[in-house]
Amino acid sequence: MTTRTTQEKPTRPALTGKSGGVRGERLFSWWTLATGLLVLAILALILITTAKQAWPVFQDMGLRFVTSSIWDPNPASGNPVFGSLAFIYGTVVSSLIALLIGVPISIGIALFLTELAPRRLRGSAIMVIDMLAAIPSVVFGLWGVLVLAPLLVHIYQWIHDVVAPVPGLNTIFGEPIGTGRSFMTAGLILAIMIIPIVTSISREVLSTTPQANKDAAFALGATQWEMITGAVFPHSFGGLVGAVMLGLGRAMGETIAVSLVIGGATNITPNVFAGGNSMAAVIVQQFGESTGTFTAALIGLGVVLFAMTVVINLAARLVVRRAEIRVQGAAT
Amino acid sequence: MNRKMLSRLVLVGVALAVLAGCGSNSGDNGGTSGGDNANGSNLSGELKASGASFPDAYYQEVISAFKEKAPDVTVTYNAVGSGTGKKEFGQGLTDFAGTDSTVKPDDGVPAGSFVYVPTVAGPITVSYNLSGVDKLQLSPDTLADIFQAKITKWNDPAIAKDNQGVSLPATPITVAHRSDGSGTTNNFTKYLTAAAPSSWKLGSGDTVAWPSGTQGAEKNTGVAQIIKQTDGAVGYVDYSDALETKLTLAAIKNKDGQFVAPSLEGATAAVEGATVKDDLTYDPLNAAGADAYPITAPTYLLLKTKYDADKANLVKEYVRYVLTDGQPIAKDVNFASLPSGLQQKALAQLDKVQS
Repeated sequence: MTTRTTQEKPTRPALTGKSGGVRGERLFSWWTLATGLLVLAILALILITTAKQAWPVFQDMGLRFVTSSIWDPNPASGNPVFGSLAFIYGTVVSSLIALLIGVPISIGIALFLTELAPRRLRGSAIMVIDMLAAIPSVVFGLWGVLVLAPLLVHIYQWIHDVVAPVPGLNTIFGEPIGTGRSFMTAGLILAIMIIPIVTSISREVLSTTPQANKDAAFALGATQWEMITGAVFPHSFGGLVGAVMLGLGRAMGETIAVSLVIGGATNITPNVFAGGNSMAAVIVQQFGESTGTFTAALIGLGVVLFAMTVVINLAARLVVRRAEIRVQGAAT
Repeated sequence: MNRKMLSRLVLVGVALAVLAGCGSNSGDNGGTSGGDNANGSNLSGELKASGASFPDAYYQEVISAFKEKAPDVTVTYNAVGSGTGKKEFGQGLTDFAGTDSTVKPDDGVPAGSFVYVPTVAGPITVSYNLSGVDKLQLSPDTLADIFQAKITKWNDPAIAKDNQGVSLPATPITVAHRSDGSGTTNNFTKYLTAAAPSSWKLGSGDTVAWPSGTQGAEKNTGVAQIIKQTDGAVGYVDYSDALETKLTLAAIKNKDGQFVAPSLEGATAAVEGATVKDDLTYDPLNAAGADAYPITAPTYLLLKTKYDADKANLVKEYVRYVLTDGQPIAKDVNFASLPSGLQQKALAQLDKVQS
């Protein structure tokens, strides 16, 4: 039997307990709890203070604040009317167009980078796409207004002329506004802006697919596309929806770029080539000169936007939960 | 290497902070010495102002000219818009404010605590872009219907009636207006309410509910850009920016029935034809007079009735400069200077500023 008479010199001092032991452990857990609660507290604070400042207009207008399409701060007679339906419509339409155009492109790029691209190309492609994310949004707005919108008018006019005889399509692709600043142009710019985010997150998610699943698909005789739909997508579905939600959040909240190219008109129309306005754009356009109830109405728009984002995120989580249960079994 | 880099960064940061601190210290604590020196070269101090963007081009020119006369005085004017300018003035953040519109109860400026000083006037043009049409005349009712999107094509009979003998193409009209709150919109819509009361239904204000087929843009320059880029566009732009962007201007029928094109002479005629109230606000919109350009907008400075001794002298000297040596500068930037009667009244207004 040997007794240890000499203390062995510890190789990692941190593990001898000199850094706090149980106390340090408790401190660490309290600190992480505090930071987590801090985030929740900030969120709650923002919601409560904005709702409080917007309360006068909610009292005045009630539910008509979100159902009325008239936004008239200085009417010829009577009281000001603040109905945000036109702006909710503009936000939804431009974000929807951004998703319809941007998401297939982003997932396509992500799939290409993870499945099909030669390894050498991967690094430089990732770098280029991240550079797209680094461009400030106001630069997108300026480019859209000075270059894209005037060019697009001709394309819109051509599309309108081509689908004119088709009954459903000719209302969606109606007469384009002369300046080119419309829901469609805003949607296009937003699509370009969300591509980097959605691509990089999708890429991360797609690369976590277990190689075993992919090999199994190939072993069963699947083609590459069948492997992707059979092994990659079901595994990554939750993550892809998460990426799309992040892109949607950016598209809905984008202010400067949209305010420059969406046309500044209070308008509800199925025609995507017409001008409109979005909630964030209206706030930045009209905040400077607003007073009293008008300011409360603009803050109210912010509250509505916040509420919409929360609802959409909750709905997305529900969709992901259901899909994951279906695909991977209830155990997950 | 990490520690070295960190200490270098800290050093750079401290150096920058010190530089920034030094830069803003000159004349910051209101240490103004003001002799009653008509020359102005003994004056020193700082004046902060903000407000309307309409006269901004003029005020910046006057500030540079004043700097040559009184090099130790720093005057800053931020064109944040009449509404924000009045708010900041009411909160005591600025020494004086620029505004195109009069002070209303919820603007944040207590009644009786300020005086109006008119400075210049400027025409608001109706600019358009229509290929093949160099001259356009519009009456107030036609104008109202165009901006309410009731008239949608350029060859509409109402426009043709105002322009006998001019061949108008069938181009659709694109109406451009301001998407931000603006004193220019306020004056333009006030004009339409006064001149076309039966046709104009949208009221007046810094923001109005424009019809859905129209386009909005930020600031006068944004509207000017829409007009320049789009064939068939029409919009309201202040005279100074319209000339800068080289837009084609329409002649408007004034109260006396004459079609007058926007010009500085037309603006001065409108100011002369306007009634001046006791507090020196006046309304040159739709003024009487054969040569008056009917869409002329006034602009004022708001001064407090009471400043502390040093500041009062500085403010008075600066505003006196604007009203005397600064008036000829207006023409260089396409604003109309005040007629001599109104100028004298404005100078007398300075006596109401106490110290």
